[in-house]
Amino acid sequence: MTKVVEVRGLVKQFEGGRVHAVDGIDLATEEGEYLVLLGPSGCGKTTLLRTIAGLEQPSEGEVFIDGQVVNDLPPRARKIAMVFQSYALYPHKNVLQNIVFPLKAERMDKDEQVRKARWAAELLGIDQLLDRRPRQLSGGERQRVALARAMVRDPHVFLLDEPLSNLDAKLRTSARDELKRFQQRVGTTTIYVTHDQAEAMGLGDRIAVMDHGRVRQLGRPVEVYDDPADTFVATFIGSPPMNLVPRDGRFVGFRPEHLLPAEHVGGPERRLVPFKVDRIEYLSGDRHVYGTATRIGEETRVIARLPATVTTPIAAGETYEFAVHPDRLRFFDAESGHRADPVPVGG
Amino acid sequence: MDAATTERPGVRAGKRPARRFADNERQMAIWFLLPSIVYVVALVAVPFFLAIGFAFSDVTAGDPSFQWAGLRTFERALDDPVFWRSLRNTFVFTVVSMALIVVLGKVLANILVADFRGKWLVRFLVLLPWTTPVALSAVAWLWMLDSVFSPIDWVLRNLGLIDGNIYWLGRPQLAMASVIAVHVWRLVPLSAVIILAGLVAIPNDIQEAARVDGAGFWRRMFEVTIPLTLPVVAVAALFGAILTFTDMTVVYVLTRGGPNHATQVLASWAFIRGIEGGDVAQGAAVALFLFPLLLAAAIAILRAVRRMEVL
Repeated sequence: MTKVVEVRGLVKQFEGGRVHAVDGIDLATEEGEYLVLLGPSGCGKTTLLRTIAGLEQPSEGEVFIDGQVVNDLPPRARKIAMVFQSYALYPHKNVLQNIVFPLKAERMDKDEQVRKARWAAELLGIDQLLDRRPRQLSGGERQRVALARAMVRDPHVFLLDEPLSNLDAKLRTSARDELKRFQQRVGTTTIYVTHDQAEAMGLGDRIAVMDHGRVRQLGRPVEVYDDPADTFVATFIGSPPMNLVPRDGRFVGFRPEHLLPAEHVGGPERRLVPFKVDRIEYLSGDRHVYGTATRIGEETRVIARLPATVTTPIAAGETYEFAVHPDRLRFFDAESGHRADPVPVGG
Repeated sequence: MDAATTERPGVRAGKRPARRFADNERQMAIWFLLPSIVYVVALVAVPFFLAIGFAFSDVTAGDPSFQWAGLRTFERALDDPVFWRSLRNTFVFTVVSMALIVVLGKVLANILVADFRGKWLVRFLVLLPWTTPVALSAVAWLWMLDSVFSPIDWVLRNLGLIDGNIYWLGRPQLAMASVIAVHVWRLVPLSAVIILAGLVAIPNDIQEAARVDGAGFWRRMFEVTIPLTLPVVAVAALFGAILTFTDMTVVYVLTRGGPNHATQVLASWAFIRGIEGGDVAQGAAVALFLFPLLLAAAIAILRAVRRMEVL
């Protein structure tokens, strides 16, 4: 399979080398793939995207698009299209003029420009808005105009920089769904930057979890969630995050939804965890139970997430017998944080 | 639990916080506005209405008693061919200066917005003409353009480009060009700074989106930067127009309206008639001709500013 975008040994420093925004990244997309760059703010994900776009020059390393080194090419020659966080629509142009702008820059035939812009506008359901100005549009409509402007050039790659973060929570879910269907329809390779794990899990074919300018883990959403490569990924992904309990130079990790009252965990090999509850939160049908776990390792505060189907009465201040299935345990080296061999866990 | 342990540190009982002067915003607003109200009334409104009054009278420096003269003062002013000459010169002076101020200001702003080494020095030098008192810089230019000792002529002579001196301020056309050049030199920094503010206000995203969309330098300049800075450029142009239209310092110091009224403008003519000549009524009548255009310019500025807020 062809790699549409590839970066090798990419380093980007700011302020004369004092800040390493991107600190040695090797990454390649597959044709037609939805690759999500996920990480906390300041992890370098946007800088990586901007370097691929050509808006930043790499300090070291190479960027390939369609197998060619594009380090010295300006953004306009890279066959990319980008959607900015703010959408960056031209405020003085109406929707149609916004959409045809890239085609005008290509010196395409005038009729062809309008035909193509109308086609993109219809695809995104904004063909009735063509003579409006950006400030007369809602957030969702602006986003679609930005997408239409990006797609008319038939780019080889879409670069999307947190395109949903300006929408309100309700709109975000439906916009996410639309984005995914849109990409499946046009089949263009997409690199998507976000700090929102729900977006990453929902949209990504693969997710690159980034921190401090490096990729911590690259994998399908289910891999990143179930088999985190280190404690950073384990605690960054999942809400509430994975519980980490120190034991014998290791962290024993398990997801909150796998810590359940003992009678709900089957099999004789289950690990019993005495759990002293101090607080309970009800969140959309689930019970988040905060407390202190013993026996599975050192005494540590952990969180259990009980689905609505678990009706065992739980009260703050009491100690209960909880359990985890051993298949659900993950082990990390206490010093490096990387995945490590299992240690026997009593109970 | 006893009372002592629940008391929070730093909170003293029994003392009610007093209302201070700064808490009453309505009262404060009046006091803060007062100086500008006094300034505007004493130095703008009173002289303005006084000028209107004088224009319909026969007041002179020698006979300050007010006698109604109707439109006679205006008739006398309009009968004078120097007035018409001044009016024409004022428009030439304003239109040419304004065009140059805007174009050069825009170029300068683009230079100032770029990142390069020694930027602070360039910025400092660029702003210098605007910060120098106009009378001082005009006197300096008077020497630069002197008919005998002009250093510009000296350089040109030594380069072998000219044989004799040019007499910058002695020939009608050259004198007008010199006055405009000095005025433009003085006002370009102001318009550059105004336009610079407009350039900086364009979101970076939009410029970058245009770059990704395939636009080169000129397309970005004409399709993104200039349309987005147009309201600010309009403000710079109008400031340029007002400051040129009403200016008499450069003209007065360099040429006193000469040679033979070739550089006479309304402001300098009003001054020469009304103050130097002592015909206060006619000076006021001439000066009133500045008013309609200034009014139009002020309205246009306010409109441009409102458009900026909408964008």
